Amino acid sequence: MYKILEKRELNPTVTFMSIDAPLVARKAQPGQFVILRVDEEGERIPLTVAGYDREKGSVDIIFQIVGATTMKLNSKKQGESIADFVGPLGNPTETEGVKRACIVGGGVGCAIAYPVAKELHDLGCEVTTIAGFRNKDLVILEDEFAAASDRFYRMSDDGSWGEKGVVTAPLHEMLESGERFDVVIAIGPVIMMKFVTLETKKYDQKTIISMNPIMIDGTGMCGCCRLTVTDAEGNRVTKFACVDGPDFDAFTVDFDEAMMRASQYAEFERKARDEECNLLKKAAEVNA
Amino acid sequence: MPIVPKKHPMPSQDPKVRAHNFDEVATGYTEEIAVAEAQRCLNCKNRPCVSGCPVGIDIPAFITKIKERDYEGAYDVISGFSSLPAVCGRVCPQETQCEAKCTLGIKFEPVGIGRLERYVADRHNDNVCDSAVRPAPNGHKVAVVGSGPSGLTCAGDLAKKGYKVTVYEALHTAGGVLVYGIPEFRLPKAIVAREVDGLKRLGVDVETNVVIGKTLTVDELFDAGYEAVFIGSGAGLPNFMNIPGESLKGVYSANEFLTRSNLMKAYRDKSDTPIMKGGKVAVVGGGNVAMDAARTALRLGAETVYIVYRRSMTELPARREEVEHAEEEGIDFRLLCNPVEILGYHNESDKRDPKNGCVTGIKCIKMELGEPDERGRRRPVPVPGSEFVLDVDTVVMSIGTSPNPLIKSTVKGLEVNRHGGIVVNEDGLTSREGIYAGGDAVTGASTVISAMGAGKTAARAIDEYIRSKKD
Repeated sequence: MYKILEKRELNPTVTFMSIDAPLVARKAQPGQFVILRVDEEGERIPLTVAGYDREKGSVDIIFQIVGATTMKLNSKKQGESIADFVGPLGNPTETEGVKRACIVGGGVGCAIAYPVAKELHDLGCEVTTIAGFRNKDLVILEDEFAAASDRFYRMSDDGSWGEKGVVTAPLHEMLESGERFDVVIAIGPVIMMKFVTLETKKYDQKTIISMNPIMIDGTGMCGCCRLTVTDAEGNRVTKFACVDGPDFDAFTVDFDEAMMRASQYAEFERKARDEECNLLKKAAEVNA
Repeated sequence: MPIVPKKHPMPSQDPKVRAHNFDEVATGYTEEIAVAEAQRCLNCKNRPCVSGCPVGIDIPAFITKIKERDYEGAYDVISGFSSLPAVCGRVCPQETQCEAKCTLGIKFEPVGIGRLERYVADRHNDNVCDSAVRPAPNGHKVAVVGSGPSGLTCAGDLAKKGYKVTVYEALHTAGGVLVYGIPEFRLPKAIVAREVDGLKRLGVDVETNVVIGKTLTVDELFDAGYEAVFIGSGAGLPNFMNIPGESLKGVYSANEFLTRSNLMKAYRDKSDTPIMKGGKVAVVGGGNVAMDAARTALRLGAETVYIVYRRSMTELPARREEVEHAEEEGIDFRLLCNPVEILGYHNESDKRDPKNGCVTGIKCIKMELGEPDERGRRRPVPVPGSEFVLDVDTVVMSIGTSPNPLIKSTVKGLEVNRHGGIVVNEDGLTSREGIYAGGDAVTGASTVISAMGAGKTAARAIDEYIRSKKD
């Protein structure tokens, strides 16, 4: 069992947890992920490492309450435990030789983007951050990003936070004005990463994206996290996000296929979420 | 007494009933059937059966004990050679191993060695509470990577010699392929759990949720005081055919499909893990894993399940009993067929149609057998213009796996072959001193018993290595 050392609500749909997992904390690096199971009947879900404290032996996760499992996870209180927590999995984000980076985070993807920005900032790299949210109520990690960035662009769909617009707008302006980065790292919904890539490709600006597909074991056994990339010879090849990623060269990824695969269990998830919702409501009524 | 020409049949659940439940198919011999089957053994001088067993069980000796109704005596004989008798009695391909060599088999059906082994193991497990005398510790530590058949065997053999053994498992449950791969109806998980508990009583520590190569590296295990490491990390990434449509919704690797059902219990209503249920299913491949996937799909509620295999029934590599069971349950074998494309639904006018990207069929081409390949199996050759479509909703690819990359990429100086399998000598020793390996991580997808044989060989070699170091 893995104890929840700290739990905080970042906004009504996004929760921060710090989990007691010394072995994972010892090795975790930005860009890596963990797989957890809330209880004995639970499914295994991947969540990216949002932070770690090697001395305390804790690993931070930030998750959006989107389905039955994240709802169940969110019902756990500080001091309670979850059944399983394994990692760190996947490859860390490549930071070697990076002097100027542009980090683009969308929505809860910012939880993954933040440790990458912080790591680069700590390494002395010049960090430009573009964070995008639907509205100001959904904003997370604003102060943290501000502290880890040399330049910080705030974007929201409705203009209630920072500028009104999409994350590609400031990116386009910078690239169009001739600015270049050693790397653009985009982390967020697949559709956002696709549009960032369409933009950077026009300027041949090297771009890395972080995939977060459906996974089970996360160790290179089941193959459900597969995606198609185009290799140097122009062949379409199958890669596995758990062991080959989760970071990939954005120009090689088939985003449309990845979006399609991500929707595989949409219907099942909707039903499971409604059921879990009803269960929690009933539990709340009983307690009240 | 005249010889009974045929094996006593295995009592089994009725095919019509079992096709809808996950309970074990074969219910096992009764005492009377077991004794009668044991009496078929000629106790011949040559004992060819023993040479057919990858772990060299003294088969005639344990069968003689059954004839004498000394079942514990029979169990003691088997357990001197095998640490997982209840598992092997169920999943070994006896027809190509011990039973293939049986003298009785020249004229008649061979002795049902596997069924007798299972009887002895089950009877022992049901009636005897192991007090498990912990051997005196010898003060040496060994780490085992992976809790599948090779790792459990290696751990058990070393623990019996007094070693302090820690088994590291990446998943949340110990057992490896025995829990994530082989379905409940063929190998009840309670049996695997009992075998793992038996090892724990011997003093073996099992650490789940630790991925060697990520959470800890092999070199860190040496730093922590382990004097030798056995790698039994098993088969890795599933192979695909690289035909169009393999990324469509409803295309699974057999590993994913079986893991969802077996390990994550997606077949039970209360499990949170989703799986495609019902409809029509095509399983591509002809091994044991393909049979397991097909029969699992049937039990999950599929109306039709096809096995699509490119060779004929003669070359089909699955264990004979599984093929017979699959046929009895109504699995539709489409032999001499090879998929060329998986077809999907695309609604051009509505990009948001949730059915977009779902599997609608599998296009296959008919095959005929040509010249034998390097392994002597006749090579399948496509028949031009013979393409046809099977309408299906789910496709399960069961065409083998490639070794897991996590270990080899984190152990310096570990030699691997061109397929990614770890290179070992006849003792299971790798290119690095103190590191041994066995099972699918070395051979690629193979059987439970050959993995156990490798675990056993390595345990012996590790013991010799550590003792020689001491002197």
